[in-house]
Order: sequence, then C-alpha cells, then structure tokens
Amino acid sequence: MPTVSVKRDLLFEALGQKYTDEEFDELCFEFGLELDEITSEKEILIREQGGEKAEGASDVVLYKIDVPANRYDLLCLEGLVRGLQVFKEKLEAPRYKRVSPADGGEPQRLVITEETASVRPHAVAAVLRNITFTQERYESFIELQEKLHQNICRKRTLVAIGTHDLDTISGPFTYTAKPPGEIRFKPLSQSREYTAAELMSLYKTDSHLRHYLHIIENEPLYPVIYDSNGIVLSMPPIINGDHSKISLNTKNIFIECTATDLTKVNCVTLIITVCLFVCFNTFFILFRVEEAEVVYPDGRLSVYPELAYRTETLSGDFINKRVGINESAESIAQLLTRMCLRSEVSGEGDLIQVEIPPTRADVIHACDIMEDAAIAYGFNNIVRSTPRTYTVANQLPVNKLTELLRQDLAAAGFTEALTFALCSEEDIADKLRKNITETRAVHISNPKTADFQVARTSLLPGLLKTIAANRKMPLPLKLFEISDVVLKDETKDVGARNNRRLCAVYYNKSPGFEVIHGLLDRVMQLLDVKPGRNQGYHIQAAEDSTFFPGRCAEIFSCGKSIGHLGVLHPDVISRFELTMPCSAIDIDIEPFL
Amino acid sequence: MADTGLLEALLRLLEKVDGGIDSQDVAADLGVDHQLIVGAVKSLQALGEVISAEQKSSKRWELTGEGREIAEQGSHEARVFNAIPDEGLPQNELMKMPSGKVGFSKAMSNKWIRLDKAHEGGPRVFKTVETIEDTVRDKLQLVQKGLSAKLEDKEKNELKKRKLLSEVTVKSYWITKGSSFSTTITKQETELTPEMIASGSWKEKKFKPYNFEAMGVAPDCGHLHPLMKVRTQFRQIFLEMGFTEMPTNNFIESSFWNFDSLFQPQQHPARDQHDTFFISDPALAHEFPQDYLERVKQVHSEGGYGSQGYKYDWKIEEAQKNLLRTHTTAVSARMLYKLAQQEKFTPVKYFSIDRVFRNETLDATHLAEFHQIEGVVADYGLTLGNLMGILHQFFTKLGITKLRFKPAYNPYTEPSMEVFSYHEGLKKWVEVGNSGVFRPEMLLPMGLPEGVSVIAWGLSLERPTMIKYGINNIRELVGHKVNLQMVYDSPICRLDS
Repeated sequence: MPTVSVKRDLLFEALGQKYTDEEFDELCFEFGLELDEITSEKEILIREQGGEKAEGASDVVLYKIDVPANRYDLLCLEGLVRGLQVFKEKLEAPRYKRVSPADGGEPQRLVITEETASVRPHAVAAVLRNITFTQERYESFIELQEKLHQNICRKRTLVAIGTHDLDTISGPFTYTAKPPGEIRFKPLSQSREYTAAELMSLYKTDSHLRHYLHIIENEPLYPVIYDSNGIVLSMPPIINGDHSKISLNTKNIFIECTATDLTKVNCVTLIITVCLFVCFNTFFILFRVEEAEVVYPDGRLSVYPELAYRTETLSGDFINKRVGINESAESIAQLLTRMCLRSEVSGEGDLIQVEIPPTRADVIHACDIMEDAAIAYGFNNIVRSTPRTYTVANQLPVNKLTELLRQDLAAAGFTEALTFALCSEEDIADKLRKNITETRAVHISNPKTADFQVARTSLLPGLLKTIAANRKMPLPLKLFEISDVVLKDETKDVGARNNRRLCAVYYNKSPGFEVIHGLLDRVMQLLDVKPGRNQGYHIQAAEDSTFFPGRCAEIFSCGKSIGHLGVLHPDVISRFELTMPCSAIDIDIEPFL
Repeated sequence: MADTGLLEALLRLLEKVDGGIDSQDVAADLGVDHQLIVGAVKSLQALGEVISAEQKSSKRWELTGEGREIAEQGSHEARVFNAIPDEGLPQNELMKMPSGKVGFSKAMSNKWIRLDKAHEGGPRVFKTVETIEDTVRDKLQLVQKGLSAKLEDKEKNELKKRKLLSEVTVKSYWITKGSSFSTTITKQETELTPEMIASGSWKEKKFKPYNFEAMGVAPDCGHLHPLMKVRTQFRQIFLEMGFTEMPTNNFIESSFWNFDSLFQPQQHPARDQHDTFFISDPALAHEFPQDYLERVKQVHSEGGYGSQGYKYDWKIEEAQKNLLRTHTTAVSARMLYKLAQQEKFTPVKYFSIDRVFRNETLDATHLAEFHQIEGVVADYGLTLGNLMGILHQFFTKLGITKLRFKPAYNPYTEPSMEVFSYHEGLKKWVEVGNSGVFRPEMLLPMGLPEGVSVIAWGLSLERPTMIKYGINNIRELVGHKVNLQMVYDSPICRLDS
C-alpha cells in the first residue's frame, strides 16, 4: 500500500479546515485511507540515524497516509485534498480536458524509431502550459513522480516518466535507441558529460539509481530521447538530462512516459500525471493541458493524453440490493458524485448515469461503482444482517483424522512441534544422508535464502532442528508433528501433491527404539489396526540411509509400506548438531482415511 | 527433635497453667537455656495440634555493669559522701577515690558536701548534711528486682543516659495448649499405607500435616502446540456456524488458480518474483479446464460480463507457472468453480485454515509462511450488510464485539473491507482481518449464476495466537526455534475469554 507523506498544516490549509488528529483519522477511515503515522522530519531522522543527525531538522508535523493500491489519483497532497473536498461536498470534481495548441500552432510531436523495438518500444507524451510552481508544489510534484515510479510504474520496470522544461528544448522529439558508447550527455545533478556506459558504472554506487540499472544494463541498445537540436532529454528509465530539467520558474512542461509494453499502465501513468497537475493548477485560468502527437515506426500517429470520460448506466436497485441499503436513485447519484463519479438520475425508472473520469482506471465494472456508493454511504452506516443461507458443516476427512490423532499423541506423552514447510536442500538430502534426486522434492526457483530452496519431503528435519534449538531442556525430548510434506506427482494438474504424515522423535541418553516402537503400536491401536501380517500391521528389518544400520524397520499396514522407524544414523544426529542417540518414526497417514 | 524428656517436662508445665506460659519463664523454671526451649516448641508444633505457640517479642530493662555495681555498693555520690569524715577530707585525697570525680560533682550539685578552698593545707571537703538518701541506688535495685514498672519513663531514661540501665528486646513464645493437647508424645505417620487400611490402624494414628504451600509434582505428559490449539478453536467456530472445510492440502498451485482465476492481472505486483515463490521443478502446470481458461483469458484481455477487462495481452505461459500458493483463496476459487459445475446451484459455506507462502522480507511478525484463516459464503442475493453481519457473528465467537469496517482495495473483491476491532488494552482500533465480495469477473466466467454473490473474509492464525499467548517474536511460536518451555506451559485456548 503506497504511503503519502504530507505536511499537516499545508493539508489543513488546502482543506480549508482544521481537524484534531482523531477527527482527521476518522475522516480518512471513512474514505478508505489510513492515517498511518503522525511524525516530523526530525523524528524520522532521530529514529533512522540518531539524535545528532537530526539536529536542525524540521519540526513541521507530517501525516503519513496509506492510500489504497488502486487510487493513484490520491498519491499527492493536491490529489488527496481534491478527493476529500469532493467527498465532503465542498468542491466539485475537476474536469479534465486537453486542448490544441493556442493560436493554431502545431502540437508537439514525439517520433519513435524502430531501434527502440528491442529494448523499450513504447512512449506517450503530453504538454502542460502556464504552470505556476511554488516551492511546496514543486516538491510535491517531484515526490509525486517518485511515488508513481514506485507504484504503478513498478519501480520503473513498466513505465518511466520524464518531465522537461519545454522552453529549454525544441520539438519534434525523437525517441530512439543507441549503443551505450554513442549516447553522451550531462545528466541531472552532474557537472559534466558522460557516455551512457560511463553513467551505468557511475550509478552502480548511487543508493537510489542503482536499483533501476538492471532494466537496461544488458541490452545492446539503450533508449534515449533527443530534441530537434540533438539535446538529450532523457535516457529512460535511468536518468533525465540536465539541460531540460524542471525548476521553480518552469512555465511549460513536456511529459514523456516510456514503457516496455504498450500497456494500459503506460497511458494511465500519463493521465494521472497530467490530472494531478490539473489539481495543482486548477485556479490558474491560463493553465491548460495541450495535446502531443506520437508517431510510431510504422507511420501510425496517436494523440495523447487520452482524457476520455465514459458513461455507465446502472439501476439504483442494483446498488441497493448489492450493498443492502434502501436509497432513492437520486440519493445514490449524490453519493456517487461525492466519490468523483459525477452521476445523475436518467429519468427512466431508477436508472442512474455515472460518468467515469479518466483518472479512475480502476472502475471497470458496475461493482466498482457499487463500492463507491457504499463508501459514500458509509460502510459503518449499513445495517448488519445475518444471511439466511442454510448449510450443514463437514470436516475434511484428513484434517478430522489429524485432529483426533494429535490429541492422542499428546496424551501418549509427546509434545507437538510446528515446523516450516520450506527448508534447504541440505535439510532433506545431505543431512538425512539422502540424494536430492531420490527425494521427489519440489524446488523453488527464486529463494532469497537457502532456507527456502525446497518444500519439505519429510517432517524429520524440522523436528531435529526443533530439538537442536531446545538442547537446554531436560531429557528426554519427545516430539511429534502431523502435517503435510510435498512430493512431485505427475498425475496432478500442477505436478505435485501434499502428503499428510506423522513423524515423532525420541531424544535421550539411550536410543529408546522401544519407546518409538511403542508409539507405533499405540498409533495403530488408535487407528484400530491389529498386529498381523495380512490385514494388520507389522514391521520388518530394512535398510535406510537415514537410520543406523541394523536399527531400522519398514512399517507395513495391510501389506502396504507406510513408513519407517528406527534409530537415527550417528551422522544424521551430528549433522543436525545433536549429541544424543535418537529414534524416530515417520509414516503416511493417508491410507487410514 | 529435641529430647523427649524436655518436651514432656514442658508439656507438664503447660498442663498446670490455665492460660499459657512464656518460653522465657519455662527456661527459667526448668533451668535450661532458652534456645533449647525454642527447639522443643518447634518439635511439638511439628506433631500437629499438641500445642500452639505464638512468637512474641518484649522489651525489658536491664542493669549495665556499672548499674549492678551501684546497686551493690551505692552511687558514686553516696560513696563520696560516706568517705568524708566529720572533720572533712582534703580534695586531692578525695579525688584519688575510684568514684572521686563523678561522685564529687554529683554530691556537690545535690548540696551534700561543700568545698573550702581557703582551708589551710589546701582545699578541703566537708559534709553539709547529716544523712542522705541514695535514690539512684534505690531505683536500680527496683529494676534489679524486676520492678522497673514502678519507675517513671523519665527516670528510666535518665538512668539510661547515665549508662546504668539498658533496654533489651527479648524474643519468646507464648505457649498454649493445642486442640489435641496431651502430655505424652506419639510419633506421626507421613502417609496412609495399604496396611493401615487393612488393619484399621489409621484410626489411632496421627498423620504429619502436608505443606500446602509447596507446588505439586509436574505430570509426565505431552503437549499440543499453542498455534494448533488456536487452530482447533477456529475450526470449531466455523463448524458451529455450519461451514464446510475446504481441501487445502495442496501447497503447490498454478498461477492460474492462484491469480488468473481471481481476476488478478498478470502484471500485478503480487505476481512479482519479490513477493511470490515460484517453482522451478515442476515449473509448469499442464492441465486446466479449457473452456473456463478461455473465459478467464477473455475477461482479462477484453472484458465481458459487464466488465471493461484489463485490456492486456493475457498469456497462458504466465498462468501455467507453478508457485507456492500465496493465499488459500486459490482453493476457494477451485471450490467455487467446482460448485459452478453442479447441475443446480446450491448455497455453500466454506472455510479453511492452512499454510500460505510469501517471498517477503522477514521480521519479528512476518515469516515466509503463515496460516491463513478463510471463510466463504455463496448464495443468491448476499449483500455487503450480510458480510458485515456474518463477520459480526464470527468475531463475537472470538470475544470481539466492537467492529468497524474501512474501505480497502483488493484485486479480486469489490467492495473490499478491512475489519477493525476496538482493542481494550491498547485503547485503539486494530486491524483484525480483511473481507470483501468476490468480483463478477471472477465468478461469472466460472459459470456461477448471475444473481449469486460470494462473500469472503480472511485473517492470519498467527496474529491472534501471538496476542492470545503474549508472544512478541513470531519465531518463538512458529518453526524450529520455538521455545519448548513455552509450549509446555501454554494454557488451553478459549478464544472468547
């Protein structure tokens, strides 16, 4: 969930009202936001870097507000204020529209060359005219770009946004891709020119930019945008040129968004950026969003930004029935309008016409509109009622059996452990003296550490690790677990299945094979299986590399092998950093369902 | 045990008195050291109700060494007076007496004697009165006889200041007869034996009393894990509410069931390598209900069922990728699909409590795997108000009655609500779960009838368990680093108390 950090006093000034922390928290809650933290730059510095570094830092109260992941239009102070003001019926939702250049001029144009195809083939653009920045708005704008990059742009992998002072450059602009050695420009916050190759090594140590290098690092060609005089605007998704950088005095802005895919995301990003700008500048009459043309390698021409409004029609009855309220169509229309979805009753029955603004790309179905009506109505004002759905409960047989056996294993003096389903290859193979290929283990492709390499194929390693972590406890240690292991199984749609197993260990100064054997007898008694070769259960000497030679038996029930018991091999004991003899039982309980 | 002779001597003394006696007096009477009597009292106490003894401490005035000397020989001033003949005594000779200095000044201030400094042959001391009364000696003698009560406090303190008297604390027992007082001593039995029961001899025996302050011997037993105890209770609650358990025993899931079927777009951040564990072997799932898969593909890429869709190029390759399920909702999707294949729709209530996996950064409250609790209800015409109503019933069973709901975002539910409960201890609202109504883009491609709504909610099992058992670090609860002592000591789980 993205977090927006805003200065409290600025926020209240913009809202035209002061709130106590509790009142503002309440307002957020109602609207679906969360006032996560009340802090200040100073407090943050003290917490992160200690008191000394924080000296002189600002005491201004900051609100950190969690915004739902679908509401990119609330990602900055201006968007947030706009949303809340409309919600409180203090303002109307802004109208977003683009215009053609004044006095019949040509629109700015971005030409995409075919070289970009291999690395980052898509781009969209827009122009903003007659901006008025203040220090605060400027900072908010910079922060907004960063928030968008982190969230909807997925850390610039999907989309990268570049904004430029249009008065320092001249179109048409060219979006192309070149070998890193041939791109040369002075990037933001550097004092000289670098080649793209040099920049990549320069940014290796940059705490911020190094995270984006991987996106193009291994490409033969890097994306780059030039103006008509060969000035570099940006090398997306890494860095902009210094030449066209935005300042407090910038009046006109050229925005470009580049992407690997012409996903909706790309267009949405542009729309959001533009629309939040509208919120910034809504009081300045001269401010306008101007169209820009994008020419594709195949000659196709598109005009951006697409600020299209869409109208949906739905019935008041639909909303009442889904939410569980009983409101007139008129009042539902009013509720929706408060959520920036301008709505009116159409006059035909209880039909409501709802206008979806371009910022609300998340509204794709009537149910999204229904939710906004419910939010505006207030979730906590909805009458809570019990559904009359009549059903009879059933337990899952394997879980029912597990529950019953757990109780009786504890009654037999064993203590229940709860170990991880993921572990290292070593845990299920080397440490148990097994070969990884014979384990039928499911392997994880992207583990962050060795602890998550495979799904366990046995409960034994977890129990032995539990003992190792509790060596200070008085002996004997008697542990058990009934849980799932995962085995490859080609008969399943995903190629693997869970298997419910029962494992128990006895750890003491003597191996206690008879204790574990006694536990097997007790479990079989509980499962109502009598000793015997055919219809009953029996054990017979077996060799298993995990166990001490001559001290291992295979367990058969109704003629079918269900597991092993025995004294663990000394190497297994020491590989799990244990020092005492240990016996164990490991059986499949699914045959007893 | 003190020797029986002494014990019986003490008991005989006690028999003769009406009320009780002081152990100090007993010591004096029997002519033995007080400590021996204290030992005898303790031995008798251990025999049961033979005697009862109450410890007491009293203060007593005693003469100091100098005080005793004065009581015997008179005060210094009296001794000086008596030493002076009628014709007087030279002062320097008087000063040579042991009591000279002190006695001289006291006798002077009492005006018993006078000093003639001008006498020929040096200063000379003469008596001024015929007889004297030695009150200091008299007072000390009273104290010596144990009659210190006859003196006023002021007088005693004055004598104390002159270091003639001192006040001492004496500890002793006030001994009275017990409920089973007797002058003979019987040995007590420690335990009832089969022989006593057989012979009936227990009737005559005295039994040594138990120490009820001590702890008992811990039973030799096994223990259930606290997280599993809480799981059992949650299962019980669902079963009480008529929910059927879903088969969640499949940790490995395809992206199709984990994400695509839930209308979670293929570029969604949750499908990132950073959040989800993908499987390298077996890497791909190979079997899907083909027509359903086509409908899922269509609703993602083009929309339909009243939806705009996400408008992107949906790829089967992405849906095939196997992973460790990130939520049990993948199983709910399978179950709802199965339900939709029934000839006639029947309402269902499902639940599950099982492991889910996230490739997340680990900290004191987050592990790569945890247990998700999930409840699902599918029926015609379910409302958001119904969801809140059923959540209210569910949480009431957990002892949580104050609930409120916050709008939230979830890719596969709309509306989505976070559930908050008022925490009396923390005095604030805390999030206790997540809930919502499944999107039509998820339900309709499965083939569920148009009017059917599916409401669902979920929460983690670990969090309520950590709160219930007061555990701050999740590693102490889940996994091999568990503290077994905590497992041994954890009480039973009653969620509503």
